[in-house]
Amino acid sequence: MKDLDAEALCRQLAEQIRPHVCPATALVGIYTGGLWLAERLHAELGIAQPLGAIDVSFYRDDYASKGLHASPKKTEIPFDVDGAHVILVDDVLYTGRTTRAALNELFDFGRPARVELAVLVDRGGRELPVAARYCAHTLAAPLAREQNLELQRDEAGQFGLKLTQRA
Amino acid sequence: MRNPQLNQHGELQHLLTLDGLPRDILNAILDTAAPFTEVAEREVKKLPLLRGKSVFNLFFENSTRTRTTFEIAAKRLSADVVNLNINTSSAAKGESLLDTVDNLCAMQADMFVVRHAASGAPMLIAQHLQNTGRDHIHVVNAGDGRHAHPTQGLLDMYTIRHFKRDFTNLTVAIVGDVLHSRVARSQIAALTTLGVPEVRVIGPKTLLPTEVERLGVRVFHDMREGLKGVDVVMMLRLQNERMNGALLPTPQEYYKIWGLTAEKLALAKPDAIVMHPGPMNRGVEIDSAVADGAQAVILPQVTFGIAVRMAVMSMLGSR
Amino acid sequence: MNILISNGRVVDPANRVDAVHNVYVSGGKIVALGAAPDGFVAERTIDASGLVVAPGFIDLAARLREPGYEYRATLESEMEAAMAGGVTSLAIPPDTDPVLDEPGLVEMLTYRAKKLNRAHIYPVGALTLGLKGERLSEMAELVEAGCVAFSQANVPVVDNTVLMRALQYAATFGFRVWLQPLAPFLSRVGHAHDGEVATRLGLSGIPVAAETVALFTYLELARATGARLHITRLSSAAGLALIDQARADGMDVTCDVSINHVHLCDMDIGYFDPNCHLIPPLRSQRDREALARGLAEGRINALCSDHTPVDDDGKQTPFAESEPGATGLELLLPLTLKWADKAGLSLIDGLARITSDAAKIVGITKAGHLSVGARADVCVFDPAAHVVVTREGLKSQGKNTPFLGMELPGKVHYTLVEGQVMFEA
Repeated sequence: MKDLDAEALCRQLAEQIRPHVCPATALVGIYTGGLWLAERLHAELGIAQPLGAIDVSFYRDDYASKGLHASPKKTEIPFDVDGAHVILVDDVLYTGRTTRAALNELFDFGRPARVELAVLVDRGGRELPVAARYCAHTLAAPLAREQNLELQRDEAGQFGLKLTQRA
Repeated sequence: MRNPQLNQHGELQHLLTLDGLPRDILNAILDTAAPFTEVAEREVKKLPLLRGKSVFNLFFENSTRTRTTFEIAAKRLSADVVNLNINTSSAAKGESLLDTVDNLCAMQADMFVVRHAASGAPMLIAQHLQNTGRDHIHVVNAGDGRHAHPTQGLLDMYTIRHFKRDFTNLTVAIVGDVLHSRVARSQIAALTTLGVPEVRVIGPKTLLPTEVERLGVRVFHDMREGLKGVDVVMMLRLQNERMNGALLPTPQEYYKIWGLTAEKLALAKPDAIVMHPGPMNRGVEIDSAVADGAQAVILPQVTFGIAVRMAVMSMLGSR
Repeated sequence: MNILISNGRVVDPANRVDAVHNVYVSGGKIVALGAAPDGFVAERTIDASGLVVAPGFIDLAARLREPGYEYRATLESEMEAAMAGGVTSLAIPPDTDPVLDEPGLVEMLTYRAKKLNRAHIYPVGALTLGLKGERLSEMAELVEAGCVAFSQANVPVVDNTVLMRALQYAATFGFRVWLQPLAPFLSRVGHAHDGEVATRLGLSGIPVAAETVALFTYLELARATGARLHITRLSSAAGLALIDQARADGMDVTCDVSINHVHLCDMDIGYFDPNCHLIPPLRSQRDREALARGLAEGRINALCSDHTPVDDDGKQTPFAESEPGATGLELLLPLTLKWADKAGLSLIDGLARITSDAAKIVGITKAGHLSVGARADVCVFDPAAHVVVTREGLKSQGKNTPFLGMELPGKVHYTLVEGQVMFEA
């Protein structure tokens, strides 16, 4: 993934979204990488609605087998969801299960007028009928199951993409 | 002897007592409770974690209040809740405690929330489930005799952490009937485990259990002396029947000496918080001016109580 | 039947014998030690090489649960347990249902026991009718029916006037009175030793004062009345100190302790183990050590099982609601051996506490020793073998013991009662 420049992809993603921003547009980042990305987009696009954050731990479909995620974060939706144009932001789109969980959680706050998905990278391997409206980069070939791709943020706030191998 | 509330991997299998529970598990529960506090503000106050699970509130001792908080917590986690109030006297005549449990297991229970007048009853149930190979069923102690009330202890810790951030520089005083209090035992266990350097108990000798100092507390009989410089004052409820057992002369004398008044509270640190597990006896253990005053955090305790119980149930419910 | 027990290590505390001998049994009696009597022809020979041959054990407290509590245990089941444990003489506390306060009941129990032809029983009659602490039982009649002493079991007399008169009446005849030191009100609401463990577990406590206050009262009343007092089941160092003091003052008082209390303390309750719910309660480690030492030094005269079989229903309840007591007949020997070993006592001195010393307290003369002419109650055991205590292994109907799962020394090979082999491993 050395060839993937996260900073450049982030700028591309912002440009994809920009033409579609309207006063009702609200961003909701999915912990942790998605929220970093959403923070950046929120500032860059000058979104008027306050930024939302979702931790999907309580909505994951693998809770029964894997238990609760270690120290889940607080979900915060500081705007009125009813009638909002919500863009869910995540760093990497994979099976689609996280998106499903985030959608379910979002709807417990109200009925948005529209929900779209923005991701930095689509790594393939979808298990649910989920597609991103905005996507900065789609990998030519899907990654193997034991590979893990996620967004990193260094001390200076610079983004990078890190590929790791699961044991 | 393995701690019966942990499984072979050292994870929480049941929540029975805070005594002997490792610090990292206590912290994990408190950390997990934090995001649950926000759920109450949502349009739909429900999370899908325990969807399809059956939680049985098994109350052998009446307590509408505690039962209700557990019920709300379980329902917010989407569990099906069945409330059983079992009169102990009729239970004594017929079915034994473990017979009742076996029957409810046959009704596909996933979790028992148990309140019982006898110390150790939830532990007995947990051991029985383990001996009969029903490891998928979890027990939460909702108060047993004088032994433990772990979720109350945890919500108290959550409250202290919320207002004071750090445990390791606090002086905490527990005031009143420690002898009969399962709440006090759970508080003492949690406070000492979480590293509070000084835990005090304050009360007359008749209401402090034998060798209580072995639990890691400093004993005070003089309330004014005991409240000096404390960060947290935890009041305990005084039951009226204590007058019958020759433990105290009158509620009036108790109030005069150990009741929390503004004047006595002034001896604590200026930013000290006042807690009470409820229900309060105003004018017996606490003056209304204090109970309703700026330093009281008694209502936040109740709110946090639901989040803490949701955290405990969701941590247990998956395994 | 003539039986030869050959080549065993004969350990007979009463006669201070500890040597390899042949033991000759005939007509229900010991007829010779060492050389065979003239014309003795053994119809059966028991090879006791490598084993210990000791007098059958005498237990100062064995509840057989009859009459009244047959669902917990029966005479049959508990007699089997006694035989498996090498216990051939049993003192029976009066807390049956109905209480042993009538000569007819005592005769019936004695008759039933005789018919079973296992251990000899020595009923301890109720001091007061129904153990209620109000009216005196017919002590003279009860002795005629077979009672060896009088007691209140674990039900203390509340009214000291009644207690004083009961002691006076017993002293009239020189009858022994066995009393459990429990002050009625101080012990009434508690279930465990009033100390750190009870505090931690939220169990209501029985203070040591429940024992010492009762002892003060008993000792004073015995002094005043001249009653022959035996104190049962001591539980505390402070209680033992009071006995020591009374003896130093010239009083003739004896006492015993249970196998549980020389091995266990309140810490063993662990996570509310109802098998550790006992009367008196298991006290602190310090108390346990004082009792074990006191027994080794002979300040406590005897060790007993305090055998109390309880069915599972009575134990599978929260601690305070469970039936107190532990089964013990089959553990008397193993726990005596374990205690003696820990205390650094020789086998002969250890066994004395459950043979000759116990015999003195009950007033048994023809057993508890292996003198020529003695009743041939004999236990042949292997002191080196270790056995794990299991529910299945226990013959007693009560499986309630804190020692379940533990490996204990001593395996009984043969038990003889009046010259008949009643148990063979």
